[in-house]
Formats: sequence, structure tokens, C-alpha cells
Amino acid sequence: MDEKTLIAKRVALELRDARLVNLGIGLPTLVARHLPAGTNVFFQSENGIIGMEPVPEEGLENADLSDAGGSPIGAVPGAASFDSAVSFGLIRGGHLDVTVLGGLQVDEEGRLANWMVPGRMVPGMGGAMDLVSGAKRVIVAMQHSAKGESKIVKRCTLPLTSVRRVDLVVTDLAVLEPTDAGLVLKETAPGVSVAQVLAATGCELIVPATVPAMPIDA
Amino acid sequence: MSKVRKLEDAVAAIPDGAVLMIGGFMGVGTPPRLIDELIRQNKRGLTVIANDTARPTVGIGKLVAGRHVARVIASHIGTNPETQRQMIAGETEVELVPQGTLAERVRAGGFGLGGILTPTGVGTVVADGKRTVELDGRTFLLETPLKADFALILAKRADYYGNLEYALTARNFNPLMAMAAETVIVEAEDIVPVGMIPPDHVVTPNVLVDVLVAKEARHG
Repeated sequence: MDEKTLIAKRVALELRDARLVNLGIGLPTLVARHLPAGTNVFFQSENGIIGMEPVPEEGLENADLSDAGGSPIGAVPGAASFDSAVSFGLIRGGHLDVTVLGGLQVDEEGRLANWMVPGRMVPGMGGAMDLVSGAKRVIVAMQHSAKGESKIVKRCTLPLTSVRRVDLVVTDLAVLEPTDAGLVLKETAPGVSVAQVLAATGCELIVPATVPAMPIDA
Repeated sequence: MSKVRKLEDAVAAIPDGAVLMIGGFMGVGTPPRLIDELIRQNKRGLTVIANDTARPTVGIGKLVAGRHVARVIASHIGTNPETQRQMIAGETEVELVPQGTLAERVRAGGFGLGGILTPTGVGTVVADGKRTVELDGRTFLLETPLKADFALILAKRADYYGNLEYALTARNFNPLMAMAAETVIVEAEDIVPVGMIPPDHVVTPNVLVDVLVAKEARHG
């Protein structure tokens, strides 16, 4: 299993009791393919729909039905569409159970930076700031390191997406839970040791007496 | 009096330097004929308030690529390298606004509100220079309303009076923008006789619409 699939499968386990979920572009989108049996969620696309699904079959694309990247989607029975104010009312108003977002950095205090690299990449925040500020539960799904540098850092050097503490960070090496005391190492990836996680992390982690492996079949 | 105007005349009323709100999300819900006519008439120095600038060959992206835009207020420009290039080169001014905040600022403009209070952006660079308000122990940013000279709207169906229906995710910012501009210009995929759109299905009421762009004559 590749690293992204592993992350997606682990995040998917967090959606069991959710009703409304928003998946960010990129890696988070993979989560929808790995939902455990019995999961019953509506996926929101912030351009104005809940109940998105992939286009069921080539040739059934509709020019008025797209995801936030502008690509064609389908809609499940029970889907509903609405304007952008309602869409962000769902996000900001406490109606969104879970958002899963990619990340550039997460720091010791559980704060996320994921929308720009000054001077290099300025795509704009899109819906990310509203999602992190407003969702009931924020899960960051990302690689533990990029270009040999840990993305888990003592303090974010990139501009923050929100000062709100995220709820869970799932990487290819570990599951981390931000708390008042710092980042707690909750799980390691299959075949990865605690020592390996610590060595790949740019800040202190709180390590409980036992750290289980992710409940995922490798 | 009829609101129906030829495409050419509808766009001719837009001066260089005008502030435009343009509906759409990555081009979906952006009025294609109005965009192409702005380019054909070579409007310059426009301010565009919109969710995004799509791609260089799509929707609002075409206006940016053709150098018709001096200023952009949007939530996302990441899919249009040309917008980013013009911003970094200082050729086009870009104000990035969180998407939910953008929607609420447009809504505030159209709904007669003095601004909105949002938790989004507190403690980030978005808060720079803005007032914060403490209420019940929570901190909010005070964000100001947006208004425009013209709103360019794409509807799925309009009736002759200008009552509008939208389709699926092509709705997005369109109904909000139709409230927030001095002059509202609508391109509709279908135009139907009055009465065919039931009142419960009307999303934008006809009194908001100033101009309905005429369909091109089709033969055969």
C-alpha cells in the first residue's frame, strides 16, 4: 500500500459517525474511496452541493455540476444544491461534522499552515480558513515530511490558516493528537517504530506508555 | 419596458475601469457570452470581484490573460498562473479573501448591512489592519460590505420579466451578486414566457434584474 492510500484509509476510519464531511483537494479526496462499511455521509463541495459523488459513468457529465476544482461530479440520492452563503453557513455555522485538509506545516500547538508559501506559491486560501475555523472536527491528512524536512514543527514558519487547534493529524508515519500539553503520539503506521516517528518529527511529542499501530491491514 | 438588450449593447454600457461582480466557480456559473463580449470590446482597467480567476482559457481567466483587469478581489487564484504572475509582477492588484468571508461581504453589500463579524481569519494575515470585536468571549473580524457597478450573472432560466432560476453548482455566487450591484446584467441559458417559472422556484426576483441579454437567433 502506498503512503497516500495508508493515510486515506486511516482518515476514513474517523468518518464512521459523521453525517456531513468536506474533503480538501488532493490527498484528502482519496478518503472517500476507503470508507468503512456502514458509513453514511454526505460529502460537501463548497461550491454549493452536499451529496457529491464521482460521475457514475463517462458521458454523464453535466456542465452545471462540478466540484470545487471545476471537474464534473455526480450527485447521490438526497443531494442538495445551494448558493455560496449557505455553503459557508454550513461550514462556519457548526453544521459540518468533519473537514479533512492537506497541510504544509502543523505545529506543537496543533495549528495548521496550508495556504501559502510567501514569495513562491500564493494560490489563495479558498475555503480553507473558513473550514478550519468552523468545522466541528478538523483532520489534517499529509505526508510527515517533505523534501527531507519534517512538516510537524515547533512553530509554523508559514502563514497560519487559523489559530484554531486542529483535532487530529494523520501522516504516513503516525497519528498525532494536539492537546493542551502538546502533540500526543496516538498511533504509529504499520511497521514504523516510535523511535522512527520521533526522529522524523521537528518538535517534541508526548509518547504514552503504549502506542498501538494504526488499525489498518498493511 | 423590456429589459432585453443585444449582447453588444448590454456590454457597451460598461465603462473602462468599472467594478464588476462576476458569478461562477472555476468558470461554472460564469456567463460565457458576456465575458467574450467584454474581451471583444476591449474593456480595460476592470475591477473583478469573483470567487476565483479559473484557468487562463476559462471564464474570468480569459479577462485576466487578456489584460482587461487591473484589480481582483477573489478567494483563489491558484489555478491561474497568469493571475499569480501579474500579481507578483505588480501589474494586477489582488486582494485574497477567505471564500466564506467573500460570500458574506457580497451578501452584506446587497442586504444593506454595515459589515459582518466572522471568526474566519482571526490571528492570521487576513486580520492585518482590520478591527476585531469581542462578543461572549469569542473574537470576530469585522469585514466590510462589497458592492459593484455591475453584476454579470449566469442563470439557467429567466422569464421575460427577469425572474431567475439557477442550476446545481452553477448557482454559487450568482444570487448574492444579483443583490449587490447598481446594474444587474443577466445571461440566461433559456428565456421563457412569464408564468413558466413558478414563484416558489424563483431564486432571484425580477425587480433585481436590469438587463436580460437577448438570445442569438438560431435557425433550423
